[in-house]
Amino acid sequence: MILGNLRAVAQTFRQGNAALGPFDLEIQSGEFLSLLGPSGCGKSTALRIIAGLLTPTRGEVIWHTAKPAIGYVFQDPTLMPWATVHQNIRLPLDLASVPRPQADERAAAALARVGLKPRHADEYPRALSGGMRMRVSIARALAAKPSLLLMDEPFAALDEISRDSLNEDLLRLWREDQLTVIFVTHSVFESAFLSTRVVALTPGPGRIAGAIDIAGPALRSGEWRMSPGYSETVRQISKLLRDGMKAAA
Amino acid sequence: MTRTGFARAAIPALVGIAVIAGWESLVAIYQIPRIVLPAPSAIAQALTDDFPSLMASLWTTLRITLLAFGLALVSGVALAMLFSQSRIVEMALYPYAVILQVTPVVAIAPLIVIWVGFERIDLALLILAWIVAFFPILSNTTLGLRSTDHNLIDLFRLYGASNWQILWRLKFPSALPYLLNGMKTSGGLALIGTVVAEYGAGSGTATGLAWRIVEAGNRLQIARMFAALALLALLGVAIFFALALLEYLALRNWHESAVAREP
Repeated sequence: MILGNLRAVAQTFRQGNAALGPFDLEIQSGEFLSLLGPSGCGKSTALRIIAGLLTPTRGEVIWHTAKPAIGYVFQDPTLMPWATVHQNIRLPLDLASVPRPQADERAAAALARVGLKPRHADEYPRALSGGMRMRVSIARALAAKPSLLLMDEPFAALDEISRDSLNEDLLRLWREDQLTVIFVTHSVFESAFLSTRVVALTPGPGRIAGAIDIAGPALRSGEWRMSPGYSETVRQISKLLRDGMKAAA
Repeated sequence: MTRTGFARAAIPALVGIAVIAGWESLVAIYQIPRIVLPAPSAIAQALTDDFPSLMASLWTTLRITLLAFGLALVSGVALAMLFSQSRIVEMALYPYAVILQVTPVVAIAPLIVIWVGFERIDLALLILAWIVAFFPILSNTTLGLRSTDHNLIDLFRLYGASNWQILWRLKFPSALPYLLNGMKTSGGLALIGTVVAEYGAGSGTATGLAWRIVEAGNRLQIARMFAALALLALLGVAIFFALALLEYLALRNWHESAVAREP
């Protein structure tokens, strides 16, 4: 089922710099879609347009049913430093005026789902490691029960070990909640590990260089990283990206 | 108290005691006349002799200082919030706030006193002290409100927050460290503003500490001048510490400036 479409979306910023597009994209319900491209190709801009935070200069975003409930995870954890972990996770529920007892319950459940301990609930973000802060950020997105999760290079600033563990947890959450995920990254390996589909972008203004579907097992574990299928996927994605760079040059 | 905490209190106290002892002995050894430099003991004597009248003056100055500070706090924060909601209002009013800030308060004191009237001198002092204390609150809070994490603003919008919710739940807490810092500056300035206004107003109807200093100076009661001066300094220090404590209590859990670094 198609969730929505980006139709000839293009973004030009005030200085006249073209940032993105024109750009067509079909968002399939339930897919894990990675937008892969070099820095400055407008990946984040595309995500902001999909979220409705930015109105594109040209083109439009069309949702086939109603606009889905959207969760957003930024590159930085983007937590409120003055609020505890629990209060941070509860934020979307508070803003939606969910009754307090119910909101507390859902926030606590979201905390557990991202692999944090109940004792972390009353800590302040500064007391946590980078990986744990990112888990809080994901828990906050999940607490609002989104059907579409937008992630803007969420693990780019993390060490590789935290990143691998978060990748696996993210796949589990994607499966359990039957989420649609659009994941912006500049890591070929990350996109090969996570995605059901990878769309590669050219250097800015970002256009689609090509797309591939990844068959792989639906629930991937560390094993997938060792398999020939994974290496082959990495090779294909790298080629796509290279061709895109060449075409743009 | 930790060792460093103890040293922090003990070292300045020792310096203070040494200075006072040196001062006392210099005055005794060289027999410096009281009219030039009174000994600390003479100042303490003046303080106890005139205790009731000095305390009454202290209270007058303190009352106006606190009122001016409260007024500056409320009006500064309110105006900063208005600025953060409307760029046009900010463009329209900010230059005038700056003009108010850069005009020396001594220069406008006579004008304000004439407008308000000598019979309401306290109100004139309050206005003058407010003018001095207001700007740090306004400029710090404006900066703080503007320094809010843009991604958090996006997130709030994504979850359907109203402008009011963004202001209250996001921008205001973001601005709090800036506001508290502005309050420390403004608290001291409120006192300075009150004292300068008392001087500037130059009226016999004012009864604050500044007026005690002028009066004692005219009568060449130098020890009394020093006593009033010491009270003013103490008051300034007390205001600063009270605001620093407030800042610490408000930020200790989360802001880098107030959190003790873990070893």
